[in-house]
Amino acid sequence: MEQKTPLYDAHVKAGGKMVPFAGFVLPIQYETGVIKEHMAVRTQAGLFDVSHMGEVLCEGKDALANLQKLLTNDFTNMKDGQARYSPMCNEEGGTVDDLIVYKKCDDHYLIVVNASNREKDYAWMRKHQFGEVIFTDVSDHYAQLALQGPGAMEILRRITPEESIPAKYYHAVFDGEVDGIPCIVSKTGYTGEDGVELYVRSADAERLWNLLLETGREEGLIPCGLGARDTLRMEAAMPLYGQEMTDEITPLETGLGFAVKMAKDDFVGKEALEKAGEPSRNRVGLKVVGRGIIREHQALSAADGKVIGETTSGTHCPFLGYPIAMGLVEAQYAEAGTKLTAEVRGRKIEAEVVALPFYKRRK
Amino acid sequence: MKLEQGVLYSKSHEWVKEDGDCLLIGLTDYAQSELGDLVFVNLPEQGDEIALGEAFADVESVKAVSDVYAPVSGIVAEINEELLDAPEQINESPYGSWLIKVKDVSEKEELLSGEEYEAFVESEQ
Repeated sequence: MEQKTPLYDAHVKAGGKMVPFAGFVLPIQYETGVIKEHMAVRTQAGLFDVSHMGEVLCEGKDALANLQKLLTNDFTNMKDGQARYSPMCNEEGGTVDDLIVYKKCDDHYLIVVNASNREKDYAWMRKHQFGEVIFTDVSDHYAQLALQGPGAMEILRRITPEESIPAKYYHAVFDGEVDGIPCIVSKTGYTGEDGVELYVRSADAERLWNLLLETGREEGLIPCGLGARDTLRMEAAMPLYGQEMTDEITPLETGLGFAVKMAKDDFVGKEALEKAGEPSRNRVGLKVVGRGIIREHQALSAADGKVIGETTSGTHCPFLGYPIAMGLVEAQYAEAGTKLTAEVRGRKIEAEVVALPFYKRRK
Repeated sequence: MKLEQGVLYSKSHEWVKEDGDCLLIGLTDYAQSELGDLVFVNLPEQGDEIALGEAFADVESVKAVSDVYAPVSGIVAEINEELLDAPEQINESPYGSWLIKVKDVSEKEELLSGEEYEAFVESEQ
């Protein structure tokens, strides 16, 4: 049985088309439709319920040492209130999950994980923990709202004291508030736009949701579903666990080398990644030049007909106006300009490797 | 859910309308609202044979691809080429956006009236 988020009733009332996703019932879209929701986030602002995301506390004298061992990124030079993205690897170098670590203060960290991996991750953390540390799954206590878009910060500012607004991208204010509602205000997101993610007590979630929608109405803020969340992250070329990352795909193959610090002493998966060396396959971006849409798990072949990989995600991009895809291909075919062919339900669709991201916002 | 005068409906959510000796086939309002914003349509070619119960076209929304099933057997007399560049017309005007025109119809499934179709959709939910 799927779990409802604290905002379930609000979604139904707003005409959300509810679907099961990662153990939760969430709106895939509202009556406005995926395209309008996508465009709202690119041009004005959108509000997402992402309460399905998991939250795990990592606390204790050895919290930092545990994170250093468990995760591929380096957390030693983090300031209080900073956030850092990291893959978590298995012994073979494959990806257990990708997550965000927030440093509250020394010995106190908050880890935000994918909903679909919550139990797997928590078990993995517990299995590898050492010394004085306690991992606590606090997911059920938090709802999470994502306010995203060029108008997002302006909307937030109208109801939020300045000291609750993080100064920079990938920073958070832990003891923040929005119109008196206590929350963690984090300048992060999964859309390629400016904006925040707000962690709020489940009991306050609906009040915050309604308040934000009301405050942003004039700026064109609308509620957005999972459909737009997916097309937005794809346009921004952000990888998604289960598609661009799996237990069998290393973060280096996914192109996450920036978050894998091989110079670190030791971390789970380091040895395997070292042994594997330069990845033999890479994540690429594809622009469809033929007619049609390429989706995930469609075979990609080179000009000579040889299958050299497969797609991991694909969609029609509402903002760019053409279909795109991402895929994992043999390294020699990862160069921009390479022509590849996707096999789509018996038809061949031509695509070209292009530089990522597909979309980058103007600062 | 909107219905249309003068058309019949299939259980796979196509509408069928007589047009001289031929039949026009399109997607019902219920189908387009379930599919969401359509961004791509793949139609057969003129002269292709279509067979009752088999897919003759596919439509794609931002999120998913869906087959369109033939409620009749026959020959494709014409396709609505406008839709190839403007699939959103199906969302905007489902009963104004026929996909194909079929001639030499040899077989037809038992089609539903508007009332019957409405009851069928409700029973499926």
